[in-house]
Amino acid sequence: MIELRNPANILTAIVIGLCAVVPFLAPALGEPFYVIVFARIMIWAIAAVSLNLIMGYGGMISFGHAVYLGIGGYTIGILAFHGVNNAWIQWPLGIGICALISLIFGAISLRTRGVYFIMITLALAQMIFFLSVSAERYGSDDGLNILGRSDFGLPFYNLSDKLTMYYTIFAFLLLSVFVSWRLIHSRFGVVMRAAKSNDTRVQAVGVSTYRYRLTAFVIAGVMCGIAGMLQANLENFVSPDMMNWPRSGELIFMVVLGGMSTLFGPVTGAFVFLMLSEILSTWTIHWHIIFGPFLVLVVIFARGGIAGLLTPRAARE
Amino acid sequence: MDYVLLTEQFLNGFQLGIILFLMAAGLTLVFGIMDLVNLAHGSMFMIGAFVGGTIAVLTGSFIVGVVLMIPAMLVIGMVVEMTTLRTLYPRDHLDHVLATFGLILFFNEATRIIWGPEGLLVPLPAFLDGTVALGAITYPVYRIVIIVIGLAVALGLYLLVSHTRIGMLIRAGASNRTMAGALGVNIPLLFSIVFGIGAVLAGLAGLIITPITQAQIGMGEDVLILAFVVIVIGGIGSIRGAFIASIVTGVIDTMGRSFLDVFLLLFLPENAAESAGPALSSMLIYVLMAAILFFRPQGLFPPKGAGG
Amino acid sequence: MSSAAANPALEARTLRKSFGGLTATDNLSLEVAAGEIHAVIGPNGAGKTTFVNLLSGLMKPDAGDILLEGRDITRLSAPARVKQGLVRSFQITSIFRDFTVLENVMLSVQAGQGHSFRFWAPAAKDESLRGPARELLEKVGLGDRIDVVAGNLAHGEQRQLEIAISLATHPRLLLLDEPMAGMGPEESQGMIEFLKALKGEYTMLLIEHDMDAVFALADRITVLVYGKAIATGTPDEIRGDAAVRAAYLGDDSSEGAA
Repeated sequence: MIELRNPANILTAIVIGLCAVVPFLAPALGEPFYVIVFARIMIWAIAAVSLNLIMGYGGMISFGHAVYLGIGGYTIGILAFHGVNNAWIQWPLGIGICALISLIFGAISLRTRGVYFIMITLALAQMIFFLSVSAERYGSDDGLNILGRSDFGLPFYNLSDKLTMYYTIFAFLLLSVFVSWRLIHSRFGVVMRAAKSNDTRVQAVGVSTYRYRLTAFVIAGVMCGIAGMLQANLENFVSPDMMNWPRSGELIFMVVLGGMSTLFGPVTGAFVFLMLSEILSTWTIHWHIIFGPFLVLVVIFARGGIAGLLTPRAARE
Repeated sequence: MDYVLLTEQFLNGFQLGIILFLMAAGLTLVFGIMDLVNLAHGSMFMIGAFVGGTIAVLTGSFIVGVVLMIPAMLVIGMVVEMTTLRTLYPRDHLDHVLATFGLILFFNEATRIIWGPEGLLVPLPAFLDGTVALGAITYPVYRIVIIVIGLAVALGLYLLVSHTRIGMLIRAGASNRTMAGALGVNIPLLFSIVFGIGAVLAGLAGLIITPITQAQIGMGEDVLILAFVVIVIGGIGSIRGAFIASIVTGVIDTMGRSFLDVFLLLFLPENAAESAGPALSSMLIYVLMAAILFFRPQGLFPPKGAGG
Repeated sequence: MSSAAANPALEARTLRKSFGGLTATDNLSLEVAAGEIHAVIGPNGAGKTTFVNLLSGLMKPDAGDILLEGRDITRLSAPARVKQGLVRSFQITSIFRDFTVLENVMLSVQAGQGHSFRFWAPAAKDESLRGPARELLEKVGLGDRIDVVAGNLAHGEQRQLEIAISLATHPRLLLLDEPMAGMGPEESQGMIEFLKALKGEYTMLLIEHDMDAVFALADRITVLVYGKAIATGTPDEIRGDAAVRAAYLGDDSSEGAA
């Protein structure tokens, strides 16, 4: 099922392999900074995997998906601000809030299609963004420092330890890809993919596609929220910029760059996008002037993304 | 009840609505006629501000800046359309969003390289500075000028679309592109012109707001999102819808910010009202949009063709 | 309440639908008896597809009721009507082009098995989906094409797939919207034989232009002109009806319309 000779999959394997060994490799090569770079890439990859679920497989182009990074992150931040560091309170609450908000936003947005949907998801995300900017108590524009990481109260598992933090993120990345894989191939996933292909026909065989879309939207929102909670823990910091609309645009880009509606596309997409940003930004402070046209060219010439370029023949997942 | 403040804020809201309308009109025209989702419209807003502002500063005359900005934006808009956007017409909306997002990055950075990160100060011409008495209130002359310009543009657009040959061609092209093309209308040129008009409108909006807010990198994006909210509320492709939705949005947003905490004081204790006020008022317009779309997902004036 | 046996399989009562100034469905009443094949014919623009859309739930009527085996389904959504047993096929082929033929029908089988909120087990290997899908595809004549990507099928094969998808949900009543659309004479003959074989198993409301098919299959025919039913009867009765001749079959010729 997973073709081992497909160059796109080989690239993914390399990326994941690198992620696995970087905490040891990077310091050994004298570049310990790359550990945190890779940790950040993995968090973005989780967010991209969640977006691909609804965008790649479900056809729902959400231009406000980064908002869930913020919601997850700020839940941790605000609780920590009030002295609640207990992971067993922070995490379920974060997941619950993400589920609730994605349910509400999804219920509103999914009444529309096409460009209306894109704009509404954007506007709803902006709403939360402005809410966080105006929240003086929690740092507004400047963001909120988080003094301690989520405390699980377990002697053998402490997120304050750098390696534990890193490999927790890594584990969640693998988990999110795995969950994505099971979902896509399950009966639920079949309905999602069919609805993307021909919604009228799915309804004509008796399936109310709205419910399935909404469910997928919530799942994706929660998955992205978890990425946000991981980010809050990693950086010990949250700010409104986690969820500004360029972030949502970048997420969409990562998914498209890697290859939309492929299982590993979002992972390679996040990796290439962020590594490219890192490298370009060391050449010149004005790297956006190269990056912008690069994005345009990808859209015009390489719409299938990296997976499309590398896969010898259109292979279906 | 402070009627002076109320009237002032209403006028401010109306003026914001005018700026939004100038943005939304171009956006809705381009989307309604060419079916193109153009995020780089915000960049046109910014470029109009910087280019027009620079001309104004160099020539010492704001009026000259405005006048010369118009052909400049027309050319810039048409060039962008012909080089980059043309390839996107047959593609789906996601491709439009992605490509124009890339353009935003490019334009913001180009502006930063040319003008530096600090932005551009565009001074208000002396004869437009000052206030005028309107009944009981004194109101800045310049803001009234903005309103007048906006209403003139609205009227002009209406006349253009419904009473001129070009307007007829625009409406034909929107209604049935292939047929219009088969009848000999030069569709590619028409689209370039429409895009150019949109760029001029956006640039005008950007330039006339600079004496109040200054020209800044990325100034277009926040207005752009509001403009999209406006055209979604108003109905994509409808200029009339864009006008009504813009004014309503501008007024509600401005008055909401000024008076929401007062309103909240009716139910909430002072502390809560003071902190909730600013937070809620920034969300107000999006709540409005969500409410309208919940009941009318196609907007107030759903699309059936170009024009108002 | 009357028993299901006494009720017609499908009843449309004074359905009305207008689009702006155009009345597409004009006080249309029609009954389909259990087990019969009831054909609806009429010239282009008669409102046949609007009628099917009203019955299947894609459009809401301005007035009138629809009853399925005596149960009022007028307020039900399209998916809900399918769950009640009213299934349609589309005149313009509506399949899942990126899925294989087998996957197309498996989806439909899946839809007929209850909800799809199952997130874990892979659907592709599920024999409870593959088995019935394969069986149905054999029946329809696509047994040797099950692994072909649907978009690559020939037109006639796509029409067969279209029917198979509709059948997979165990309908009680089939609304067939021009099943033979775009088919050549041989393929049409095959489809006619197939539908004949289904007779008795399913009640059918058949919209068709192809007169050979209509007269070969229909137990009764209703003629639709400008959204109104101008005549209902057996094929012989319709052939002899003067109003029908004038409005539809043309003065002397009795060829099928294109």
